[in-house]
Amino acid sequence: MRPTFINVGERTNVTGSAKFRKLITEGDYPAALSVARQQVDAGASVIDLNFDEGLLDSRQAMITFLNLIAAEPDIARVPVMIDSSKWEVIEAGLRCVQGKSIVNSISMKEGEAKFIEQARACLRYGAAVVVMAFDEQGQADTAARKIEICQRAYRILVDEVGFPPEDIIFDPNIFAVATGIDEHNNYAVDFIEACRTIKATLPHARISGGVSNVSFSFRGNEPVRRAIHGVFLYHAIAAGMDMGIVNAGDLPVYDDIPAELREAVEDVILNRPQRTNISNTERLVELAPKYKGGKSEAKGPDLTWREKTVGERITHALVHGLTDYIEADTEEARASVERPLHVIEGPLMDGMNVVGDLFGAGKMFLPQVVKSARVMKQAVAYLEPFMEAEKAGKPREQAGRVLMATVKGDVHDIGKNIVGVVLQCNNYEVIDLGVMVPADRILDEAIAHNVDIVGLSGLITPSLDEMAYVAGEMERRGFTIPLLIGGATTSKTHTAVKIEPKYKGGQTTYVLDASRAVGVVSGLLSPTEKARLQAETAADYVKVREAFARGQDKRARATLEEARANAFAPDWSIYQPPKPSFFGTRTFAAYDLADLARHIDWSPFFASWELIGRYPQILEDDVVGEAARDLYKDAQGMLQQIIGQNWFEARGVVGFWPANSDGDDIVLWTDEGRETELARFRTLRQQMAKDRSQADGGRANVALADFVAPVGTPDWLGGFAVTAGHGEAEIARAFKDKGDDYSAIMAAALADRLAEAFAEALHRRVRTELWGYAPDEPFDVEAMIAEQYRGIRPAPGYPAQPDHTEKATLFRLLDAEAATGLALTESFAMFPTAAVSGLYFSHPESHYFGVGRIERDQVEDYARRKGWDVKTAERWLGPILNYEAG
Amino acid sequence: MTRSERIAALKQAARERVLILDGSWGVMFQKRGLDEADYRGERFKDHVGQMKGNNDILCLTRPDIVGELHDAYYGAGADISETNTFSSTSIGQGEYGREADVRDINLAAARIARESADRWTAKEPDKPRFVAGSIGPLPVMLSMSSDVNDPGARKVTFEQVYEAYSEQVRALHDGGVDLFLIETITDTLNCKAAIKAILDLQDQGLEALPIWISGTITDRSGRTLSGQTVEAFWNSVRHAKPFAIGLNCALGADLMRPHIAELSRIADTLVSAYPNAGLPNAMGEYDETPDQTGHQLHDWAGDGIVNILGGCCGTTPEHIRHVADAVRGMTPRPVPERPTAMRLAGLEPFELA
Repeated sequence: MRPTFINVGERTNVTGSAKFRKLITEGDYPAALSVARQQVDAGASVIDLNFDEGLLDSRQAMITFLNLIAAEPDIARVPVMIDSSKWEVIEAGLRCVQGKSIVNSISMKEGEAKFIEQARACLRYGAAVVVMAFDEQGQADTAARKIEICQRAYRILVDEVGFPPEDIIFDPNIFAVATGIDEHNNYAVDFIEACRTIKATLPHARISGGVSNVSFSFRGNEPVRRAIHGVFLYHAIAAGMDMGIVNAGDLPVYDDIPAELREAVEDVILNRPQRTNISNTERLVELAPKYKGGKSEAKGPDLTWREKTVGERITHALVHGLTDYIEADTEEARASVERPLHVIEGPLMDGMNVVGDLFGAGKMFLPQVVKSARVMKQAVAYLEPFMEAEKAGKPREQAGRVLMATVKGDVHDIGKNIVGVVLQCNNYEVIDLGVMVPADRILDEAIAHNVDIVGLSGLITPSLDEMAYVAGEMERRGFTIPLLIGGATTSKTHTAVKIEPKYKGGQTTYVLDASRAVGVVSGLLSPTEKARLQAETAADYVKVREAFARGQDKRARATLEEARANAFAPDWSIYQPPKPSFFGTRTFAAYDLADLARHIDWSPFFASWELIGRYPQILEDDVVGEAARDLYKDAQGMLQQIIGQNWFEARGVVGFWPANSDGDDIVLWTDEGRETELARFRTLRQQMAKDRSQADGGRANVALADFVAPVGTPDWLGGFAVTAGHGEAEIARAFKDKGDDYSAIMAAALADRLAEAFAEALHRRVRTELWGYAPDEPFDVEAMIAEQYRGIRPAPGYPAQPDHTEKATLFRLLDAEAATGLALTESFAMFPTAAVSGLYFSHPESHYFGVGRIERDQVEDYARRKGWDVKTAERWLGPILNYEAG
Repeated sequence: MTRSERIAALKQAARERVLILDGSWGVMFQKRGLDEADYRGERFKDHVGQMKGNNDILCLTRPDIVGELHDAYYGAGADISETNTFSSTSIGQGEYGREADVRDINLAAARIARESADRWTAKEPDKPRFVAGSIGPLPVMLSMSSDVNDPGARKVTFEQVYEAYSEQVRALHDGGVDLFLIETITDTLNCKAAIKAILDLQDQGLEALPIWISGTITDRSGRTLSGQTVEAFWNSVRHAKPFAIGLNCALGADLMRPHIAELSRIADTLVSAYPNAGLPNAMGEYDETPDQTGHQLHDWAGDGIVNILGGCCGTTPEHIRHVADAVRGMTPRPVPERPTAMRLAGLEPFELA
């Protein structure tokens, strides 16, 4: 495992937060509690409580605050760090917490006797302790002193007091570097070396520290301080530092610190030999002002475009997504025309037309267009008060009005939002009803707003049915306007076969991606193009339907009986399934986002922005490389904020149960007695005809149940559900409210990636540790993304088990709602949307496969097993039926 | 046997078999149909207010009945019987105005149980009997507000609870119990005060006795009354290095089982369980029959998730006999080794692995 670093929140610390100090000294405990709650909500796994303030009765404040927290389950769920330099405050705190806390801190400052007495008390109250590297002679500064004191304290604690070594956390003192005093130059190195030796010589002990001290001499220059913290932690964590009291606000990612600054900081932190004729400290001091404003002075942005005409400047800003000058330019344009509306209809639309042309020509890409929209919205927002003031103003001319919605039961909306933005850029008015919108509301709103087009979106397979239903309703209610179908699960075939025939009144059109949306919408609304386009689409769909019908007849199929006879059948007599390390469930709350960021598979991220290519090669791509690099840079910037400011909370749960296959079912047992059934997962079997002359697994008619041993051989099954989406909706909304759809979509896309990364990271932990059948698997993100490991984690609703309803069983077993805050919609979509769930299989030959289409015999059998009628089964399995359901 | 020999024998017995604890006391006193005069006896004939219901006081006023109950449970096959001291702290007895008699009650209770246990051990040397000093919950809680309008309000302080428990555990120790049983824990902070009171006895030069900790999961939420999950509860009391950790009361065997299974997985010490005889019926009575209890607990032992079994509310010597018969000869749960890690807790567990 990679080390996980724990940020201990410092916002409930009167010495670390001026705001908190003010609230406590004024006795505003309700507001102070909400600070604690925010920290926990933001993902703090431990909260530090410190009331050491001269004007306060610190002991009473500690008691009052802890007693109040006890009544707040959403705060009290995490452990507290009772932080004070006064023992009586610490002891008062220990007398108020039912859980197991961390005491911060005790030391040998006042001699061994006092140290032993306080340690013994901590042990009897039941707490872990932070031990400062401090003895009778003072605070340890050199590595040798730090190590000597920590080793001595460890021996006393473990041998004399009987303190569990895993409950000891050393704070070997972080002191300021680059102070101008030569003796201080090695302080960071001293700390880092001490970490290494403590970890090597004192088993199970942990290391913590107050990080902000190290950069004290640069106070006032936050960007440089952050860089110092980033570099320092990079080296200290590698040397074994486990936790720190850090302003998690905005720690930079080590790799993102500008190279020049990073080198200078690193020279100071690591006390390297000076590179030039001035000392490392002097060099950093000289460099610091340049980074103070966050931007480099030396190579400022190229501002020659500012010398052009106002119209050209607006176009430039729109094409390049630059918001810095847009209000000034808009104002300048407004002053030169008669009415504010003319600015929109004139220079702004001219600029957007350029954007549209470049996009259409493949010279701009989706993320850039969405950024253009952000500039456009800001300009329009600037003009709005002027337009309102203009009483006689007539409404702005729009090219058309499009209603968009994600259908009932579905919650996914990234794609829909992108399409909305692109349409807005092209002067269409978009009425976005959001997610989980029932059919009648879609149609009522369509009438109320007199829209020209309805667009439906969905990501999960049950949404296909819902779209067909909406189409039928449009027919019933006599609509004639065009219907657009889009979203990851939709297809031209499905639209042609299942949706278009239901709606005769108007044309139904499948839209492959956002870049096609403008062409389709403008064509369908153009008086001259409309008829031709509709006729083309209708003729195309007739062909698709015919091809689909032909394909159904021709493909060779196996009956369920034949398929079962050709099941994938490993030799269970020579294989002993591995046993997991625990049974039941285990939750992983507030999983470290920084760790997840390292597991991200970036290729799908680019795909969500319609930039197709493999990461990292895509960054150097001749065509989309520049767009990809900019997007990647923005993503990294936001990711850093997500991590530093705990925008999202990652929560997950893993469970393992004794299991055996029973035909195509997987039976879970309540315990190793394997007599009482806990639950049953149903699986579906491939029915394509296979060449049975070849014996390898690829030629079998596989069902997931084949990967679990039948009764008689003890085997186990795992399951999981993870989300990184808590907080995402609020963040996205805040951006949207500011007119910044680009960032809103970015936040959603990153939350999705983090959830996938979470699933990946957790699966690795399952393989190496929790199930533990591959303890020596090397850590290699690329190999992981390529799925080069043993075992699989298929999800209900995806090709290996296309039935989404199995998620209900999984969620019940995991108690996933309570454990992760995830909920299922009536179509079994997970909410928050940035979520992944699935089953874990450990068999070395388990592999991903697609069930493909299934026949009536299996649907009837499946319905029987699920306790459904055949109609219900046909509804849930609709997308994979190989026949026309009656 | 000296006390340290008895403790060694207890630990040895726990390695060899599933140990049996006694059952309910309240229901057995009820069956005797005792009246106010029985409760008062000669010593408290002038007591002001009602004494009936103060079962612990019977240690002083009807020691004969208390002794008979120990005999009945040891005779039914219990290895361990509890002193009749569930409410014998100054705070518990304060409800009857008998704070001043706390030391006497605990001393008498320990001696009555000791006498019975020693008699059974002499009679059946192969099956030594042990006495657990019962330390019950208090009518006041340290983690819960005592005033709906003030979430920070508490009726008592940690120091007061600690003092109350200190007096009780000192008397139980002096009276000769073999181990302490902190049971029916609804608030972990109260329990931690009891743990500290016991650990601090060492500073008075007293022999360290095994500590057994038994919490109560109140309902299907799977949490203690003060809001902790089972794992958070275990993390919060593990510093006591308990001889055993378990659950009792509130639930019958069926509803308690998943929580015991969880403890079995996480606790690197013995695991105990003494559920109620099912859930009470509309009349507040327990209907589960002795053989039903015996069957269910037999399955637990068979699945290797427990080391000590017994009964709580509604169970009788007959229930205990069925349990003892059902698990005789079965292998106790092996105590697992867990990877070393810092394990903290709020209401929920936190592990730094």
